[in-house]
Amino acid sequence: MPIVEARGIHKHFGALHVLKGVDLVLAERELVFVIGPSGSGKSTLLRCLNRLEEPSSGSVVVDGVDLLDPRTDINHARQRIGMVFQSFNLYPHMTALGNVTLALRKVAGKSRGEADALGHAALARVGLADRAGHTPGQLSGGQQQRVAIARAIALEPRVMLFDEPTSALDPELVGSVLGVMRDLRESGMAMIVVSHEMGFARNAADRVIFMDEGAIVEEGTPAAIFEAPTQYRTRAFIGQIQRH
Amino acid sequence: MSNWDRFLETFFNAKVMAKYLPDILHGMLVTIELAALVIVAGLVAGLALALLRSLGFRPVNLLIVFVVDLFRALPPLVIIVFIYFGLPAVQLSPSGFVSTWLSLTLVLMAFSEEIYWAGITSIAKGQWEAARSTGLSYGQTLINVVLPQALRLTIPPLTNRTIAITKGTALGTVVAVSEILGMASSAVSNSYNPSPLTMAAIAYLILFFPMVVFGRWLETRMAWKR
Repeated sequence: MPIVEARGIHKHFGALHVLKGVDLVLAERELVFVIGPSGSGKSTLLRCLNRLEEPSSGSVVVDGVDLLDPRTDINHARQRIGMVFQSFNLYPHMTALGNVTLALRKVAGKSRGEADALGHAALARVGLADRAGHTPGQLSGGQQQRVAIARAIALEPRVMLFDEPTSALDPELVGSVLGVMRDLRESGMAMIVVSHEMGFARNAADRVIFMDEGAIVEEGTPAAIFEAPTQYRTRAFIGQIQRH
Repeated sequence: MSNWDRFLETFFNAKVMAKYLPDILHGMLVTIELAALVIVAGLVAGLALALLRSLGFRPVNLLIVFVVDLFRALPPLVIIVFIYFGLPAVQLSPSGFVSTWLSLTLVLMAFSEEIYWAGITSIAKGQWEAARSTGLSYGQTLINVVLPQALRLTIPPLTNRTIAITKGTALGTVVAVSEILGMASSAVSNSYNPSPLTMAAIAYLILFFPMVVFGRWLETRMAWKR
């Protein structure tokens, strides 16, 4: 059974038709990369997968739960879907540990002691065991993004969604975040990554999806998409980002 | 008698001051009581309205905005007089104290609601999304993530607005509240000497000067230290 099964996703923002019938199926342990020009709808697609955006039509089933069913407890379902944002979105008034443990206590119902133990373990997984007591303002961008990853994985999600996780980082900090993502992948986590980190896509992704103007233009293995794209638009896009 | 002596005799008359000191002290107690009740009720009611408004029910929000704008537009003295002299017409006779308290509470509620609301809406959308993506409900996000940040931002403007409105307790003198100014005014009529007004001014300074300094201190301390 696939972890994520999205079918026929349409999304309208007023007169704007942002997603035009997108299908995306993610198998267990699979890492799918989504690339495409800005405004192609890739972030919106990602946000439809945990219902941060409500799809206008279509179906989204994650880990066997129909997210668009009105009877679904979306807050419960979202624990199974970790999300990492471009701008980290850490809670500035809390420590790193506080950021990681909030949902553990409030949503997963853990006691403070249990939550703290799980929080420390999650921070250790992203290499920040010694930063538990720091607030986001005292951490570098790369460290903040790793805390954000720890916040998501502490809830033991079945799938992780990454929305341009390294785009806001200085180049020298990108490596530490990609390292954590690589570890996560090796642990078998299913992941959907919207990003332009082509090097990472090449050696970590099982599949690359190229989107343009709200639809999937082409998908295939990294080698197929990067070395031998069949569509003109894919070729043009790959050429552009490789030149720069 | 020199001009200077006449000045002292008029505004700093020791005999008059000694005689009416207990009245002024009593007035201070009433002012403190009134101010404390206005601050507590006004700030709590304002926060409640802001939270209600954040739920986003359009008809409710239109009503809140109307009420808030109404009490921000009306002069507090008009509201006091309206409640004290108007409500008896519908068989309600609030005392001067209650009329003043209710009026200033409504005004502080209105202004503080706007300040809380500005604080809540200034919190980045990403904070909401991050919290909701981990499964926190709307209310849990509001209480645990948004409000702590919003309240911190609102403390300086809230303090200043609270001081400004609390000073309005002096308006209670119009409806016979025995607060500082009321006590001083009647002392002036009884003694034919304005020295009690000097004492009233000093009493207000003792009460409000520390609050003003505190507000300034908070402003410099809280500003952009996030």
